[in-house]
Amino acid sequence: MIIASTVGDAFRFIFEARESRAGTVEVGGLGEIGDLAGNHFLVSFVAVLIAIVVAMPLALWLGHIGRGQFIAGSVANIGRAVPSLAIIAFFVAFLGSGFTNVCFALILLAIPPILTNTYVGVRQVDRELVDAARGQGMSETQLVRRIELPLALPTIFGGIRLAAVAVLATAIIAPLAGYETLGTPIISFNVYGTAGQLGAAIVVAVLTLATDAGFAAVQRLTTPKGLKIARGGRRPPRYWPLPTRRVQIP
Amino acid sequence: MSAAPVIAQGGGFVRDRAGDASCVANNGFCPDWIVENLELYWDPLLEHVLLVVISVGLGFAIALGLGLIAHRQRWLVTPLTGVTSAIYTIPSPAMFLLLLPLSGRGDLTAIIALTAYTQVIIFRNVVNGLAGVPADIVDAAAGTGMTANQILFRVEMPLALPEILAGLRIAAATTVGLAALAFLAGAGGLGNRLSTSSLIVFKSNVVVAGALVTLLAAALDLLVLGLQRRLTPWQRAVPA
Repeated sequence: MIIASTVGDAFRFIFEARESRAGTVEVGGLGEIGDLAGNHFLVSFVAVLIAIVVAMPLALWLGHIGRGQFIAGSVANIGRAVPSLAIIAFFVAFLGSGFTNVCFALILLAIPPILTNTYVGVRQVDRELVDAARGQGMSETQLVRRIELPLALPTIFGGIRLAAVAVLATAIIAPLAGYETLGTPIISFNVYGTAGQLGAAIVVAVLTLATDAGFAAVQRLTTPKGLKIARGGRRPPRYWPLPTRRVQIP
Repeated sequence: MSAAPVIAQGGGFVRDRAGDASCVANNGFCPDWIVENLELYWDPLLEHVLLVVISVGLGFAIALGLGLIAHRQRWLVTPLTGVTSAIYTIPSPAMFLLLLPLSGRGDLTAIIALTAYTQVIIFRNVVNGLAGVPADIVDAAAGTGMTANQILFRVEMPLALPEILAGLRIAAATTVGLAALAFLAGAGGLGNRLSTSSLIVFKSNVVVAGALVTLLAAALDLLVLGLQRRLTPWQRAVPA
């Protein structure tokens, strides 16, 4: 019963404004949640976009010439080892707070998955295909743009999807760095109370799951028809492909 | 300097014996302060390690069990992968709060959430590792008269071990990072040292707390890597 009423109260917080815990300001309601969600999406979108612009061309080129496996691997490992809170904290303490610095921290967070997935996506393109295209007289630029990029697209979007989800999650702690997002009610418990915390958590969770599902759809749509046919005409597996060579033991 | 009073409010850090008081007041990077106050970080570090070790240990046991079941009942792979992926997609700060009505504030909530996050990584690697064992080898084992259980524990598991432990490595490093946000669930950990807007602007504090979290992730990674080397001696000839 207590659980039901707590959750119900959290949902009311999302839709109706109310007095803050100290009774001094109005909090909650679709207006404020909408503003915070707008901020949240803006900083996440800008960060992911810049990360794509920075990381993708580099990874495409490294993948094309077949160099830099070490770099791609190290970036992934470092990205995993340095916690998102630590990145945000370093930026805030040494460069200051606000949109730009939060955005920079989020870019650093978004680069590793995009870089690694693009690199892996290009490297796993069948080398014989590339050689055949080269034999037809395609230039190196054409090889990248018309052979490697389309065939790597599903993997690349997989990386962008990972980056987007991580960035949306980390933008929750951006209020610690002086930028208001949907994390504001989560972190400012004293103003927003339990209903605000829980309400914002619900909104963030739904938005992130929706973003993830959207990217999954894009990932499916960008899979070249040829790749789908090569996999037996079936849709590509949604999450992680499993090796299929297992044979039943009689 | 307007920064000084803010920092002074930040949880009683600035002590009389803090090395160079003006350095702290000016929010510089103060090695003296760090040396003097290192003990402030001992308890949070210990809490952090406990959170990670309990969650990853529990998560490994559950995911290994699920992976072994899914290995026998292949139809379970897709739904289990879907569910664990969906859980992993929910942002951790939101997850900590969504669990509050169920399990309250504290370590229990943090451990439930962190354990849930390890599932997708370890489960995927267990299933992929077992499925990647060459069919010829399994056939040969069956030909020598091994039972299904013997094949699983003496042939398939050892051969899948590198991939299973690779999953454990990723899970451990990821959990260290996620546990830094466990302060939102009212649990301890090094995240507590970065959890307010006054602590997070204090440079010396950020350097120590951030470095400890990062080093912890790296240390656990190396620990599991060492374990993997010990458990799979036949792989040593191959450069990693």
